[in-house]
Amino acid sequence: MLDAGPLTTFQDLGRPGLAHLGVPPSGAVDSAALALGNRLVGNRPGATALEATLAGPRLHFHGEHLVALTGAAVALGTNVVVRVGAGEVLDVGPCRSGARVYVCVAGGFAVEPVLGSSSTDLLTGLGPVPLRGGDLLSVGSPPAEPPRAQASTPPPRPTALRLWPGPRDDRLTAAARETLYTTRWRVTPAANRIGIRLDGPVLELARLDELLSEGVVTGALQVPPSGHPILLLNDHPTTGGYPVVGVVDSHDLPLAGQLRPGDTVSFRP
Amino acid sequence: MTTVALRRAGDRGWLLEVDDNAAALLVARGLRDELPELVDVVPGHQTVLAIGEAASDALRRAAERALANVPAPAETTSVEIPVRYDGADLAEVARLTGLDTAEVVERHVAPTYVVAFLGFAPGFAYLLGGDPALMVPRLAEPRERVPAGSVAVAGPYSGVYPRDSPGGWRLLGRTELTLFAAGRRPPALLAPGSRVRFLPL
Repeated sequence: MLDAGPLTTFQDLGRPGLAHLGVPPSGAVDSAALALGNRLVGNRPGATALEATLAGPRLHFHGEHLVALTGAAVALGTNVVVRVGAGEVLDVGPCRSGARVYVCVAGGFAVEPVLGSSSTDLLTGLGPVPLRGGDLLSVGSPPAEPPRAQASTPPPRPTALRLWPGPRDDRLTAAARETLYTTRWRVTPAANRIGIRLDGPVLELARLDELLSEGVVTGALQVPPSGHPILLLNDHPTTGGYPVVGVVDSHDLPLAGQLRPGDTVSFRP
Repeated sequence: MTTVALRRAGDRGWLLEVDDNAAALLVARGLRDELPELVDVVPGHQTVLAIGEAASDALRRAAERALANVPAPAETTSVEIPVRYDGADLAEVARLTGLDTAEVVERHVAPTYVVAFLGFAPGFAYLLGGDPALMVPRLAEPRERVPAGSVAVAGPYSGVYPRDSPGGWRLLGRTELTLFAAGRRPPALLAPGSRVRFLPL
């Protein structure tokens, strides 16, 4: 790793199943891009890859490797496969649209798992620390079978995420329930793997008293007393006391993971 | 008569609302035992979040069965936590409650607590069952760093910070026990439903 960019972490499918012990799910926030990248190099869908935020890393390869770049668009394209030779440098560069690019290598990155996953969890610090320039990365044995998947141009991204009302949509005023679905929300700079703060009209709560703590899912749209919603991503706390007024459909979560500061997003029922 | 209300939490989640934490713990255990297709079963103070591919009527039936059956004799773990009661907020808690510090400690070690749910950090357990006389509000300004092992109170809860972290609860003392270790099986010392006693050192 010559340069890690703003934030590059190892990610796989995370640590589902431990939420009752306070362990966030973690894992690639664009899980579709992780799975696609791994298929393109012949890996199982959950093999460990690099997740780079807003700009990709610069990598110096010591051997020959098959590499896929998926997720955000970068200079080399979107969903591309490249074969790099020993001694070559792969400079992924900035994300041109989308927030996160995935670097998958045939064989997957070899990382010691923590609680069954090699994902870095930014909330709790579980898993490896974020990568830095100078780190030496190990790669597992490439799969025996050559990859069958073909790279293709991704379909255009939908502009609206499907949002299921509830579990606490009754905490919003009727007007705020309407506003939620009719607003183009702006992604603020406070956006990371834990959650995304959205800017727009204040969502008025009918009741301001805090709920007793309850479990929250990835994709939950929380409304704190300020009325500015927060969309929770994979490193979210497992329980919370702010009302969750809607939940993004799990099929649309990879799209949420590609939102970057300044983007707009809307919700559809 | 206990009730279960289901609230949708997206395409793969349901939040089950019940009457109290005892019911939440029973329902969480019932769902785990009966519906292995669930990925996560997360008790809250008086809710259970079920994540996975389970139909709402299957969840409701399993929850109602869990509440109707006389609970099996507690197969719960009991954990004793030795505490040195020299926390930074002990005197302030005494002032707020009108007790002296020795009485605060006495009242804190007297009950058997139940782990109501976990959250905030891996291994951080919200304990219920404490003496109502020790109900104190959270700090107005949370501390930036609370040391690992700190035993603290806030509202109806007691808890132990598993690692150094920010925190707004009032610190009564400290334990040497490790609340969470990723390499240990199980990783968390306390799980939902565990019984807890504090032992003064």
